[in-house]
Amino acid sequence: MYRSLSVRQKQIVWAWAFLAIPVVFYAVIRFYPTFNAMVISFQDWNLLGDRAWAGWKNYDKLWNDPVFWKVFKNTFVYLLIGTPVSLVVSFAIAYHLDKLRFMHGFLRMLYFLPFMTSAVAMAWVWRWFYQPVPIGLFNNFLAATGIPQIEFLRSTSFALPAILAPAVWAGLGFQVIIFMAGLRAIPRSYYEAARIDGVSNWTVLFEITIPLLKPTIVFIVVFSSIGFLRIFDHVFNMTTGDPGGPLNSTKPLVLMIYQSAFTDFNMGYAAAQTVVLFLILLIVSLVQLRILRDR
Amino acid sequence: MAATDSELRASSKTLLVARTPGKPANLEQIVRWLLLFAGGIMMVAPIAFMISTSLKWPHEIYNLALIPDEPHLENYTYVLEDGRFYAWFINSMIIATITTVSNVLFDSLVGYTLCKFRFPGRYIVFIAILSTLMIPTEMLVIPWYLMSQAFGWLDSYWGIMFPGLMTAFGTFLMKQFFETVPDDFIEAARIDGLNELQIWWTVAMPLVRPALAALAIFVFLGNWTAFIWPLIVTNSTEMYTLPVGLSSFSDEADVQWELIMTGAAISTIPTLIVFLIFQRFIIRGVVMAGLKG
Repeated sequence: MYRSLSVRQKQIVWAWAFLAIPVVFYAVIRFYPTFNAMVISFQDWNLLGDRAWAGWKNYDKLWNDPVFWKVFKNTFVYLLIGTPVSLVVSFAIAYHLDKLRFMHGFLRMLYFLPFMTSAVAMAWVWRWFYQPVPIGLFNNFLAATGIPQIEFLRSTSFALPAILAPAVWAGLGFQVIIFMAGLRAIPRSYYEAARIDGVSNWTVLFEITIPLLKPTIVFIVVFSSIGFLRIFDHVFNMTTGDPGGPLNSTKPLVLMIYQSAFTDFNMGYAAAQTVVLFLILLIVSLVQLRILRDR
Repeated sequence: MAATDSELRASSKTLLVARTPGKPANLEQIVRWLLLFAGGIMMVAPIAFMISTSLKWPHEIYNLALIPDEPHLENYTYVLEDGRFYAWFINSMIIATITTVSNVLFDSLVGYTLCKFRFPGRYIVFIAILSTLMIPTEMLVIPWYLMSQAFGWLDSYWGIMFPGLMTAFGTFLMKQFFETVPDDFIEAARIDGLNELQIWWTVAMPLVRPALAALAIFVFLGNWTAFIWPLIVTNSTEMYTLPVGLSSFSDEADVQWELIMTGAAISTIPTLIVFLIFQRFIIRGVVMAGLKG
């Protein structure tokens, strides 16, 4: 029977044979759970008892939950500090590294190595750095210079930046590599023309390099924003015993989701938070794409 | 170290060579180099301190010198003989390896099909898979957990692995690379009487090997360091992966820092070694994934 098919028909048969397992996978492991999460967000359910329809109750509860607004603010603080800082620092490194040839590969390796580490392992290392005086590196340094001690992870004002630092650190190398590839892609003739015209380095940077790097910048901004909005591993592992830090000062949305679902077993409430997270990611990405593309 | 002459010459073929022509070093370049070198040292300092502390005796950890007075490997023997870390290491290795193989096979098969076949439904499948890129994992963990509970997948290798067996990211990366395989090659193989499975495996796959390697490294790294889902789906100590196991030592008060650093080093060193061996490959992979993915 297969032999009697035309070449085109055979191709159709093969294509669907190749796609059969993946299509089932995407339907069952990606699409069904997406809709399931939306459905659960309208239910009242503690994992043991019956599911009951709750209408907008979970969303209503979320809107009136002061913890949620604290968490919402924290999540955006991670984004609004993390993204610009890592963008500027990684651009500065890439811009200068691009101009160097001596041991170029070695320097690049130093900056990229943190990207290959595991967040949980490095969270422990940074936690150790932040310990009080006999143990912690930073406080020892402060003590040596006579500056008062900082209780990094136990302070409501320092804990969030202290957790953000390793997250920025780990992602920097990736962004440096992307920026360097973007810089390489700018035709050299532009720079030569600028040199002949005697334009200053700053003008070249702002009039040629940065405008031509726009696609790279858009990619890095969107990519790192999504990462900071979903921050979890570092927060969970640097404030354990008290996840979310003193007075929820470091708790991001993903940690709140985790705790609602797997500590309080409030599945409906947690699912409503995941839908909110999804909407935040969607809106932030679309807004960034719109703004950065038009400019 | 990495920048030998032959390497510079070899990498000049890639996008990633330093652009500056070999002019004599001037003051500006020297200052630039020193600053970047200092920055680079700061970047690797946490890793260096982790490894250094893992080689120290307990009484030495208050001494913050980078080189231990009497370096030794007792911490590693102690941690691995305890059995837990050994089990977690094996769990992580098994999970990351199987997931990587699955992604390399399925992502490239789907990418190839979407790239090289014309069939009804192609566009819908393409858009459907593309749209899953927008769904955050965190939205799926609750349904995955309920699914695992219903089918008895909790606390098992399959339970840890199943969500990551295929990824839309890998599929699109591979689809982009199959575009570079000329259709004539495939047509010629068809005339030679190979079936479509043979053509994919023996003609197309060898031509995209660099992309496969990059994909394999990303998937392995991603699963080796994965945290939130293994944390949710495992509950017995023996089933933990390395990150979940490390995270379980949560009480800071009686932490033995040299042992924790040893555990952290055990979970970090394998990926660092992979990086040092495949450095150029990985960096090119990041660029490919970043620009094409």
